[in-house]
Amino acid sequence: MAAEMEPPPLGNAGETDFRELEDGEDLFVSTVTTLEYPEPSSPEPASLPAEDISINSNGPKQKDVSFDDDPEDLFAEATEEVSLDSPEREPILSDGPSPAITPVTPTTMLTPRMDLGARCRIEEDNNGDTFDIHIAVSDPEKVGDGMNAYMGYKVTTKTSMTIFNKNETTVRRRFSDFLGLHSKLASKYLHIGYIVPPAPEKSIVGMTKVKVGKEDLSSAEFVEKRRSALERYLMRTVKHPVLLKDPDVIMFLESSELPRAVSTQALSGAGILRMVNKAADAVNKMTIKMNESDAWFEEKHQQFENLDLQLRKLHASVESLVCHRKELSVNTASFAKSAAMLGNSEDHTALSRALSQLAEVEEKIDRLHQDQAYADFYLFSELLGDYVRLITAVKSVFDQRMKTWSKWQDTQLLLQKKRESEAKLQFANKPDKLQQAKDEIKELEGKVEQGEKDFELISKTIRKEVSRFEKERVKDFKAVIIKYLESLVQTQQQLIKYWEAFLPEAKAIA
Amino acid sequence: PSSVPPVHPCLRDSGARSVSVDLNNDASLLIDIPDALCERDKVKFTVHTKTTLSCFQKLDFSVPRQHEDFIWLHDTLVETEDYAGLIIPPAPPKPDFESPREKMHKLGEGEATMTKEEYSKMKQELEAEYLAVFKKTVQVHEVFLQRLSSHPILSKDRNFQIFLEYDQDLSVRRKNAKETFGSFFKNMVKSADEVIISGIKEVDDFFEQEKTFLLDYSSKIKDSTAKAEKMTRSHKNVADDYIHISATLSSLSVDDNTKVEGRVASDEELKLTELLRYYMRDIQAAKDLLYRRARALADYENSNKALDKARLKSKDMAQAEEHQQQCLQKFDKLSESGKRELTSFKGRRVVAFRKNLIEMAELEIKHAKNNMALLQGCIELLKSN
Repeated sequence: MAAEMEPPPLGNAGETDFRELEDGEDLFVSTVTTLEYPEPSSPEPASLPAEDISINSNGPKQKDVSFDDDPEDLFAEATEEVSLDSPEREPILSDGPSPAITPVTPTTMLTPRMDLGARCRIEEDNNGDTFDIHIAVSDPEKVGDGMNAYMGYKVTTKTSMTIFNKNETTVRRRFSDFLGLHSKLASKYLHIGYIVPPAPEKSIVGMTKVKVGKEDLSSAEFVEKRRSALERYLMRTVKHPVLLKDPDVIMFLESSELPRAVSTQALSGAGILRMVNKAADAVNKMTIKMNESDAWFEEKHQQFENLDLQLRKLHASVESLVCHRKELSVNTASFAKSAAMLGNSEDHTALSRALSQLAEVEEKIDRLHQDQAYADFYLFSELLGDYVRLITAVKSVFDQRMKTWSKWQDTQLLLQKKRESEAKLQFANKPDKLQQAKDEIKELEGKVEQGEKDFELISKTIRKEVSRFEKERVKDFKAVIIKYLESLVQTQQQLIKYWEAFLPEAKAIA
Repeated sequence: PSSVPPVHPCLRDSGARSVSVDLNNDASLLIDIPDALCERDKVKFTVHTKTTLSCFQKLDFSVPRQHEDFIWLHDTLVETEDYAGLIIPPAPPKPDFESPREKMHKLGEGEATMTKEEYSKMKQELEAEYLAVFKKTVQVHEVFLQRLSSHPILSKDRNFQIFLEYDQDLSVRRKNAKETFGSFFKNMVKSADEVIISGIKEVDDFFEQEKTFLLDYSSKIKDSTAKAEKMTRSHKNVADDYIHISATLSSLSVDDNTKVEGRVASDEELKLTELLRYYMRDIQAAKDLLYRRARALADYENSNKALDKARLKSKDMAQAEEHQQQCLQKFDKLSESGKRELTSFKGRRVVAFRKNLIEMAELEIKHAKNNMALLQGCIELLKSN
């Protein structure tokens, strides 16, 4: 368990940099600490919120703040909380609704620059830095030969944001680089409650085909599927306001050379360790019985379970749709041929011509069906697959919270035991042992306090994350569905055109 | 849960008659099937006749008939020698509710896995499918009778009149008929016609052409019918998928995705596939005519041979001559009426295809426009939210 409490590996910028990347409220409580005692990162002592939070509550006193209803400013609650708890926070508050993110300790990464206008405003970031970034993954190219070959992709980042060195950067990356990035982000952020978008899945079959050099439709489809998935993965990652500023992310996007992420291989030492950890987690999950006193979490947990089910069901239906539409296309083509032959056989000239025309129309419709199937798949089905995986990430974040709680509870139990044994030692005449016990107790008290703070923090973070996730999800789905419906409209328009062209032919049969 | 409730639909859909045109125009004998009842497997048709002909006892009357009664009528006509030179309208196929019934059964089994809304939508679709099958079978039975009533010779057939008028149960008569005629003739026709038709030495250009055309066309139209059926089945599958998807989407409360493909599938089915199916059977009937003529020709040739033999032996010459004359007469009669029939058949076919193709194209356009409007409405709604 101690291993889990290890501070996340920090980027080159140093510990303080990490703290700045989190939202304002974290200035009071340092979550990241290699020391046993809370280390204030700001000028003021980080003790105020602790007074307001009772030991037994699972969440901060924010009953009047509903995270889900906050559509505008995700960090608004931070403001309210600050005002409730700490009047000393005024100087930071006065910067406006957003806690100051401008670095207290400037680093090489964060060059303060005035952000001038936005190219495509998607979301207001509290930096005053408008979220304007576009990432494209393109030009898949096979590198090397045989089983050591791999696919290299071009990653182009276009942005006007200040955290990047240049407006436009192009780098080449391979699949394991993406996995490596995800792995780093997950180990840094998952356990404190951030929903880290999952990377696209490995596919041994797909990759083997590519390595072996099979140049056919299915391997081209595979490469395209993967390219698209990698692009979506990166865009999702940078849409997360915290992940966007992570040095690993920035390095991934900008740095021309990236250390090879070997630990992503399935059968490497790290891979095996991961598998063992996963198994351990699964067992733990079953044994931890958390006392959920926060109804919000109970409700959300249930909601996500339902969502998971529904999405999987929907995914299955859409895959069935893609399959049936492909079938329809085949059958339409075969009917077209048959109608053409019937037309040839027909001895009445005008009818013969009309039947041939009918055959042509059906052929065109077949092509329409094919295009539609393509849209079905890439727009709809892949999105659903992404979300099924995202939900898994969300669920694991909930699990992390459970783990945090459990750790806290365990530390408390340990403290209790120590106190009991200290009481016993009082009567046994062993002064040095007694002192040792007293020291241990003090240490544990600190740990318990820390555990509680960690738990509160992760709960807070999750609430925010979930709200952001819901917003993104609705937006994502809406955008894709609108696009999909528009593709259906186009198909219908084409159908109208084809049939209207056919009608006079049919009428001409005399 | 798998039984379909008895249906009493109102069937007066004048647009449904698309496989044969210009029937039922003669006011002296008007036939229609105004309604039908479906119980389990059996369909009871109400055959309604309005006539000014004196051979009937009443001017306006209705009788209940079952599918088997139609088959009886068709078979007696086929087996009537006098009609050998005519194209007998194809018998209506047996009402087949197997497909929707099976689907309904499957739906019942899968009810637990669906939301209430999804289930009711699927049920609606199935009920519509069931209704479509029902309408189809009524239409096909009606057209059969109307073909008979508009035929100058067949409309006068005594059995036809009995069929229309006899107000008792026909099943007694049916049983008797079966014993008298047997199915010997029918079986012969089915198995041997291709060989016999293509085997005879044709003397008449018209028939030569017709033979070539019909044999070729017959196989092509069979193929097209099968492919059209496959296509519309695929289309239905896609429509069903959309129902599931829209149900799940609305439970995700993203927005209600309208089911757009369903209607197109079932209407397409009714139009194109039905046309092809009908003419596939009609062509078979035309082929039957050719077969009978071919047999008559074979008989004539045989009688010629017999006459030559008799002349050689100088025995039974008068008999052989008479026989030969009869065969020749029969053959000539068949050829003459056959020519008439086949020509009018072609005309009928062309007209029917034209009407059907026009209607199908217009329907496709209408549906596509509807779908577009629905989709665009959906998009507007989503964008404005």
